[in-house]
Amino acid sequence: MSEHDHHELTCAKVVELVTEYLEGTLDPLDRERFERHLVICPGCETYLSQIRTTISLAGRVTEDDLSVEARDALLAAFRDWSRA
Amino acid sequence: MPLVSSVEHEAARVDERELLARLRAGDEGEFMRLVDELGPSLLRVARLYVKTRAVAEEVVQETWLGVLNGLDRFEGRSSLKTWIFRILTNTAKTRGVRESRSIPFSALGDDADDESGPTVDPDRFMTDGEFAGHWASPPRSWSQPEARLEAAETRAVIQRAIEALPSSQRTVITLRDVEGWSSQEIRNVLDLSETNERVLLHRARAKVRRALDDYLQLGS
Ligand SMILES: [Zn+2]
Repeated sequence: MSEHDHHELTCAKVVELVTEYLEGTLDPLDRERFERHLVICPGCETYLSQIRTTISLAGRVTEDDLSVEARDALLAAFRDWSRA
Repeated sequence: MPLVSSVEHEAARVDERELLARLRAGDEGEFMRLVDELGPSLLRVARLYVKTRAVAEEVVQETWLGVLNGLDRFEGRSSLKTWIFRILTNTAKTRGVRESRSIPFSALGDDADDESGPTVDPDRFMTDGEFAGHWASPPRSWSQPEARLEAAETRAVIQRAIEALPSSQRTVITLRDVEGWSSQEIRNVLDLSETNERVLLHRARAKVRRALDDYLQLGS
């Protein structure tokens, strides 16, 4: 986005900036405009909070651990290796 | 902040040197701790390249054997974790080719046609007038009881949405949001630019949010 643009952000723009906002990579000026928009726009606030929820729920998707057999095999491999 | 992070960085390096020394000395407790700590992440990343859980597990096994093979030669130019995941992705790619599953980042072109354009349906915004670009139909909040959001079924919706993503988006969101890696780690392992990584993440998150929204609004 242009630094010389003094207009307020549109919602269509805000939704495309959420990742940069959350990753902390927006420059200070854009960050300020982003936050100013959120204060006055319930739609974008909802959108941002849903992205946050999405991220936090994704963190709870689980993959189970290695099987016991695989673990035992690795331990045996490590013993062989350290003896070699 | 630079001070804090350089101190942390230094601490991490010392820890890693110690860990390496212990592994090289044959400390099997330390090795198994590492196996357990990285196990779920390794499995998940392996699953991005191969079809079945069983093959993914073989890839992880092979990876650890590769780690043991190379451990004495590992010079610490990357972090241990980055190095291990490089071995994993190389191993998994080889298996993935044999299994002919699409390979993330082989050319990084598998979803090139999906790296621009809006991530939210333009019909949701007003097209003209004073409020052009503002919501015409704003998102409806997820007024769900916490229990529904936490339910296994909701997690399954997310998992399916992630699996349906183009492979490079799938890889990035899996590492960043499911596994909690830093963007820096992801860029190191996958050889991505900062911008590229962020664009992939952005598109992936928007789609998963959309899938979740479709699911949650259906029941309300
Ligand atoms: Zn807005």
